[in-house]
Amino acid sequence: MPENKTDLKETTREEMAYEPYTIAMGPQHPATHGVLKLDLELDGETILDCKPTVGFLHRGVEKLAENMSYAQTLPLTDRLDYIASMANNVAYSIAVEKLLGIEVPLRAKYIRTIVMEMARLTGHLLWLATHALDIGAMTVFLYCFRERENLLDMFEEICGARLTTSYTCIGGVRQDVTGHFLESLYSFTEDFPSKIAEYETLIDKNRIWLKRTQGVGVVSAEDAVSLGLTGPTLRGSGVEYDVRKHMPYDAYPYVDFEVPVGSKGDVYDRYRCRMEEMHQSNSIIRQCIEALPKGPIRAPDAPDLVMPYARQKRVVADATFASGVIKLMEDTEHFIEGDVYVSAEVPKGELGFYFVSDGRGVPYRMHIRSPSYIHIGALPFLCKGQMVADVIAIIGSVDVVLGECDR
Amino acid sequence: MELLWILIKIIIVFTVVMIHVMYATYFERKVIGHMQVRMGPMRVGWHGVLQPIADGIKAFFKEDIIPTAADKKVFYAAPLICLISALSAVAVIPFFETFAIANINIGLLYIFAMSSLASYGVVLAGWSSNSKYSFLGGLRSSAQVISYEIAMGLSLVGVMMLAGSLNLSDIVHAQMQSSYKIYLIPQIIGFFVFVVAMFAETNRTPFDLPEAESELVAGYCTEYSGMRFALFFMAEYIGMIVMSCLAVICFLGGWSGPFEVPGIPFFWFILKAYFFIFLYYWVRATLPRYRYDQLMALGWKVLIPLALFNILLTGTIKSLIG
Amino acid sequence: MESLEIAKKIQEKYPDEVVSISETRGQVSVILTKDRIVEILRWLHDDPTFQFNHLADLCGVDYLGKKEVRFEVVYNLYSIPLRHSIRIRAQVPEDDCSIESVTGIWMGANWHERECYDLFGIEFMNHPDLRRILLPEGWEGHPLRKDYPLDGGGKNWSGYDEVVEKAKKLSQYDFYGIYQDPTKKTGLEDAREQD
Repeated sequence: MPENKTDLKETTREEMAYEPYTIAMGPQHPATHGVLKLDLELDGETILDCKPTVGFLHRGVEKLAENMSYAQTLPLTDRLDYIASMANNVAYSIAVEKLLGIEVPLRAKYIRTIVMEMARLTGHLLWLATHALDIGAMTVFLYCFRERENLLDMFEEICGARLTTSYTCIGGVRQDVTGHFLESLYSFTEDFPSKIAEYETLIDKNRIWLKRTQGVGVVSAEDAVSLGLTGPTLRGSGVEYDVRKHMPYDAYPYVDFEVPVGSKGDVYDRYRCRMEEMHQSNSIIRQCIEALPKGPIRAPDAPDLVMPYARQKRVVADATFASGVIKLMEDTEHFIEGDVYVSAEVPKGELGFYFVSDGRGVPYRMHIRSPSYIHIGALPFLCKGQMVADVIAIIGSVDVVLGECDR
Repeated sequence: MELLWILIKIIIVFTVVMIHVMYATYFERKVIGHMQVRMGPMRVGWHGVLQPIADGIKAFFKEDIIPTAADKKVFYAAPLICLISALSAVAVIPFFETFAIANINIGLLYIFAMSSLASYGVVLAGWSSNSKYSFLGGLRSSAQVISYEIAMGLSLVGVMMLAGSLNLSDIVHAQMQSSYKIYLIPQIIGFFVFVVAMFAETNRTPFDLPEAESELVAGYCTEYSGMRFALFFMAEYIGMIVMSCLAVICFLGGWSGPFEVPGIPFFWFILKAYFFIFLYYWVRATLPRYRYDQLMALGWKVLIPLALFNILLTGTIKSLIG
Repeated sequence: MESLEIAKKIQEKYPDEVVSISETRGQVSVILTKDRIVEILRWLHDDPTFQFNHLADLCGVDYLGKKEVRFEVVYNLYSIPLRHSIRIRAQVPEDDCSIESVTGIWMGANWHERECYDLFGIEFMNHPDLRRILLPEGWEGHPLRKDYPLDGGGKNWSGYDEVVEKAKKLSQYDFYGIYQDPTKKTGLEDAREQD
């Protein structure tokens, strides 16, 4: 490993002959990926302290969810991690299904797995794009967007929206996939590994890239677990924790894939983990398309929970319509008292939903365990003793989205 | 008469350089655009050829915002220092045989002096803006320019030793008379150091730390807007052109070429200079950015020792061969 | 290990602390009193038969009018090496709205607890930096409590009012004057009236 650690002077705050230079990075800063604010205390360019401030995008999703039916909350989950909203939809749906005890048909499970992995690809492509741009490699940014665009077009084909998809519904998916979609996705997966190779030619063996990423933002396996890091950020430190393997959901038990792990826990290992994960996602999508079974796409025992689609349920007036839906939902026998915590592996890490139900058609309490929130909480630990330029690399490597962090 | 001729030359060179600056921005966007699978400017005129003019008009008519806490006089002066010093450096460049505004004997030193002065503009801009990001950008720039100035100066010592002169025209003549025709071959180490230092000196990728947009927003010009910002922009591009010309003169044999192009005495010069400007774009589209301490380490631990070794080698060989 | 088995073991070791054990859809919750919560969680974290090293989630729940003890702090624990999970729910009464912090066990609990403090007003004792996190400093009330109205009670946050004041003051320099005197008409309204 190249010598890369900066020589941090071991001076305490009291010993310093001068006030530390404070700088507010954000909330409007090109590299904080949204409205994240970091108050940095600097000694020269070395970080003495880093205090993240979040909440600029707080919309009270949890409070809103307590006043809406389960199906109505689903579109709100699009706005959490708006980069990979499909993954949030799936995570939310499996959590509600667990609470209500609904078994999803197999075809829907496969479709969900496909869209989840597509979301992972879009999320990782955007991560790679912005991470590389932050470190100064501008071209990777546009190369990644080229492929991301194809994926978003496919999202549009199956649900009509590119970003705020709301594709799943409780008990299945909203619409069946078309043959054209599957064909275009399959041909996409055929060339995608060569595209990853293309990104790698630009940065993977580049000396400047290695110098900027290796040995920067190191977190040991033990600390990473203690900090609550999840997803590729944790696996970069060598901990093999992937919700898809540990608590399999949807079609993940039926597909064959590996969980790439790093060893050193630096920015470079996290970068490698995500790159490998893209290969794995690609292979999962292929397996799912090949094995996609025929059958219904929605569970029969949850008909009233789906978004109103059936013609006979359409009511003209809005008010009647809303009350009608809620009434229908309250009639169902699925709602029990109790609480569940269900998590799913989204591109950023472990996205968990904790529901407390009191037997009505609305959640009594919904809590979202968002990976970005925990990852930003770990930033002070990661940034201390690094340089200003490394902060940018570290923020990029933990991969945060502020919509998900602030909820 | 003499004075009039000089004035005419100044006007010609100024116009040509300014047009080059305008179209350097255009071609930068086009070239990088095509490297990044997009089109670049397409809207203003045919394939966006009028884009630089539109940009100029936009910058000129934009509101000139000055921070209340800024040191106004210095804030006004900084972009002018940058631009004027960059433009002055053009004065000594011989574009072809007998054509230089001032054919002075210390041409090389003069260019160094002017490019160092430009860093004053950057430092003062960072200082007077009274903004933390600008300040950090200014500090980074001063440290970087000082370090790389040394490497660049030393890398050209070999050329001076071979040519025996600091006059840029004489350097070209000496190259034409030498057995290799260009100094690139005997001075390959010097050329390497010069090209790296050239990128650092003009604050371009991978050494664009003073204006690293992902770290320092826009570095020293964070607080500038409108025409003042455009002045910095122009200074940067003129700096690029000057450095490209210097590389052509010192290492690639200036205006000399494999054959004479009738009627266009500057043909080879321009062609070689364009290659270097293209290299700037190419590198920008390819490389990530260095970190501040790595940049310093590269300058002091690699480039300066290499340049010193080159001087030693050149001297030894020259004294042995005669 | 089965979750129910873990719950039974906790009950064996701390019979006075465990209030009840509940199960929903195969997920087991152990409801505890709050007094020895750190001791129990540390035991669960350190004991080689449990090794709950991953604090998946920590949040508060408000049972206003539903249960005798108003608040609960919920710890969702997971063991990465042993692959089992358990949910611990600590009861926090309204009149003594505080609980020991677990940041000493899991560093990641820091922000979870700040969030819980921010939205529920539950104090975490021995927390290194207990401030509001999602809401700005100076926010009144704790929004996720059930007695907090959904629309926020119709009151603006004081910081927002300050910003509006400032914008009004600065609008004299503004070309269009967004925050102008309401009696004055803007150009657009004037044009509309003329139409």
